[in-house]
This record gives sequence, structure tokens and C-alpha cells, in this order.
Amino acid sequence: MMKRMSLIVLSVAALTACGEKAQNLGTKKDATAFSGAENHFVQPGWTAGDKNSWEQHLRARGQYGMNDHSRAP
Amino acid sequence: MARMKFICDAERCIECNGCVTACKNEHEVPWGVNRRRVVTLNDGVPGEKSISVACMHCSDAPCMAVCPVNCFYKTDEGVVLHDKDICIGCGYCSYACPFGAPQFPSQGTFGVRGKMDKCTFCAGGPEANGSQAEFEKYGRNRLAEGKLPACAEMCSTKALLAGDGDMVADIFRNRVVKRNKGAEVWGWGTAYGSKQAGKPTQVEGVKK
Repeated sequence: MMKRMSLIVLSVAALTACGEKAQNLGTKKDATAFSGAENHFVQPGWTAGDKNSWEQHLRARGQYGMNDHSRAP
Repeated sequence: MARMKFICDAERCIECNGCVTACKNEHEVPWGVNRRRVVTLNDGVPGEKSISVACMHCSDAPCMAVCPVNCFYKTDEGVVLHDKDICIGCGYCSYACPFGAPQFPSQGTFGVRGKMDKCTFCAGGPEANGSQAEFEKYGRNRLAEGKLPACAEMCSTKALLAGDGDMVADIFRNRVVKRNKGAEVWGWGTAYGSKQAGKPTQVEGVKK
């Protein structure tokens, strides 16, 4: 009886490893930047999800904000 | 769009550290971690030069190559990001990076050396764009908000340029042509082994 009980206990203990969460390596999928953000800080003037619109918006913003030669030649 | 890139104009940088402050403030970067730093050569000597340095989002990033748990990934825009849920804080990336970009908080999951933190080009991480979880781990995701990195947008002399590589190169080239120097002086040209580094600028139609 004791043998059987200890066998059952050991079997249950051995099976606990099967319940461990998988530790998969590799990164999670990241959403694209042009798909927009879930907050209230998104700049107006472009359409979230439209890559071309996002690129044009960033290009215009960069030219306006960083190219001072185009503003004061 | 080509690739997102930084470039710092050594002729314009005045070592104000505005970029460093903007970065720390925007992302609430903890004490002891500097995603961006201003490096000055010959500090205090006439002719000293400064540039602002952070992760350069390398095309062939050595940090990605050495990471034993493969926590790095690259976005379609060429921004090198990492997943803090996977990072084990081993520090290999820190040894591999030629710019000293990877930073390790002194307090974290692993005690003395926490999970790696670095410049994200204001593009957050793998969590949902603009979410609180993303902000707490990686800071703001300005790219997804239709903005450019805070450091460059905050730069008072517009020495630090960030954005699409073609646009940034056009702006910098235009400056070099207008002031008739720049590409040959100390700076990125020297750092990347440019053939023009140390030689007079060769611009067609511009008198020396």
C-alpha cells in the first residue's frame, strides 16, 4: 500500500514539469509605427494606418523643424 | 522611406546637453541611465568638438549579433529595438556596441545589473503603440504619434538631425555646401572612416 501511494505521489510530482510555461525565445511582433498610437498625443495631419501619409508627414515635419536653410536662406 | 538615422553636426553642437535632457524627460529615464550623451574631444582647448551620441541603429548591428537570447529586432524603418521581457541583462551588447549605447540600470530585476535600456529612436518597444506598458518599459513612442525623436526636435542649434536617412543627408549636405566645410572636419566622417576625412571639401562650383 505504501509503495503504491509513494508511486502515485512520485508520478504526480514528475508530471508537474508538464505544467511549466514554455520559455520561447524570439521577439514578439511589434506594430508598425505608421499604424498610430493609442493615446491623445498623436499629431494631426496624417492618417493612421496609411504608410505613405505617415512618411510624408514625417518628411514635412523634419524639413520644417530641422532644415533652417529652407526657412532662413 | 529609407532608414531612420541620426547625424550630429560637429560644427554646430555647442555641448548644451539639451538633447540629453530632452531624452531623459520624454522617456522618464531613471537615474544613472543615459540613453544619449554629449561627447567632447579636447574639452577646454580651443577648437574642441562635441557630438551627441546614442544608439546609431546600425544597419548590421553588433548588439543583435551577440545577444544570446535574441531579444533584438529591427523595424521596417531600420530602428533597432529590443524586448525587455526576453533580455537577461548579460551585458554582451554593451561590450559589442562601439558607441556605448546599451545602458544598465543599477537597480532592477537582476539587482546590480538590470535589463538593458537604450535609445529607441523614440519608437517604443514590442508592446502596443502608445500604451502605458510600452511607456513604462521603453518610453514614449513618438514615431507612432507622427513625431521625430525628441532629442533632435529639441536641439537648439539643429546640430542633431534625425529622421529618414535621405532627408537627413540632404539637410547636412546643403549645410556643407553653404558653409563650404563640414564633411572633412572631425565628426561622423572621421568615425566611419570617410575617404574625405581630413581633406579639403570637394564641392563642384564652390571656390575654396
